[in-house]
Amino acid sequence: MIGTGHYLVLSIALLLIGTLGVLVRRNIVVILMSIELILNAVNINLVAFSDRFQKLDGQVFAIFVITVAVAEAAVGLGILIALFRNKETVNADEVNLLRW
Amino acid sequence: MTLDAVFFWAFALLTLGGGVLTILSRSAVHSAVWLIVSLLGTAGLFLLQKAEFLFAVQIILYVGGIMVLFLFVIMLVNLDQHAAERQFNGQWWLGGAAVALVGVEMAYFFWKGLPSLPPAVATAGEIAGNTERIADLLFTDYLVPFEVASILLLVAVVGSVLMARGRQA
Repeated sequence: MIGTGHYLVLSIALLLIGTLGVLVRRNIVVILMSIELILNAVNINLVAFSDRFQKLDGQVFAIFVITVAVAEAAVGLGILIALFRNKETVNADEVNLLRW
Repeated sequence: MTLDAVFFWAFALLTLGGGVLTILSRSAVHSAVWLIVSLLGTAGLFLLQKAEFLFAVQIILYVGGIMVLFLFVIMLVNLDQHAAERQFNGQWWLGGAAVALVGVEMAYFFWKGLPSLPPAVATAGEIAGNTERIADLLFTDYLVPFEVASILLLVAVVGSVLMARGRQA
C-alpha cells in the first residue's frame, strides 16, 4: 500500500538531489534546472498532503509555486543572457565581480 | 503488488532517475532532456493522487513552456562549446556535507513526525471535478493571492525583457 510516507520520502530525495546540483555545478543553466527540481519536490509534498486530507488547498498552493517557478525561470534566463553578453561566460564561479 | 504501487514505483523511478541524470550530465542539452523526464514523472505522480488539473498544468506549463525556454536559451548562448570544460566546481566535499546534513535533518523530522500525523480522511465519493473545485477555491478563498500572482508574472515578463534587451534603445 502506497501511503503519504512514500511520497514524502520521494520528495525529500528529490530535494536533496536538487540541492546537490545547485551546490556542485558550475553552469548557471544547470543550476536553474536544479532549482526547478527543488520546487518540484515541494509540489509533490503539497499534493501528497492534499490527497491525504482531501482538501484542495495544497493543490492551489502548488499552482502558486509553479507561478513563482515560471517567474524565476524567466528572470533568471534573462539575467543569464545579459551576463553572457557582458562577460562571455556561463559559469557561476567566473562571475566574481563582487569578490573582495 | 497492486496497480497503484506499480505506477508509483515507475513514476518515482522516472522522477529520481531523471533528477540524478540532470545534475550529472556534462552537456546542458542532455540535462534539459533529463529534467523533462523528471518533470513527466512528477506529472504522473500528480495524476496518481487525483490532481488532474495539476497534471495538465505540469505538462503544458513546465514541459511545454519552461523547458522550451531553457532549451531556447541553451541554443542561444551556444553552450555546446562549454561542454568540453570542467562542469563541476571543486566543492564536492562541501556540497556533499551540506546535503548530508539537510538529509539527516529531514530524515529525523520524517521519522518523528510521520507516526503523529492525523489519520487520512476517507474519500467522500465523487463530489465535483478536480478542476472545478480548484477554480472555486481560486476565485473565492484565494482571490487576492491569485491577483498578486498575476502581477508577479507581469513584473517578471517586463523584467526579463528589460534584462535580455541590454543597454541600447
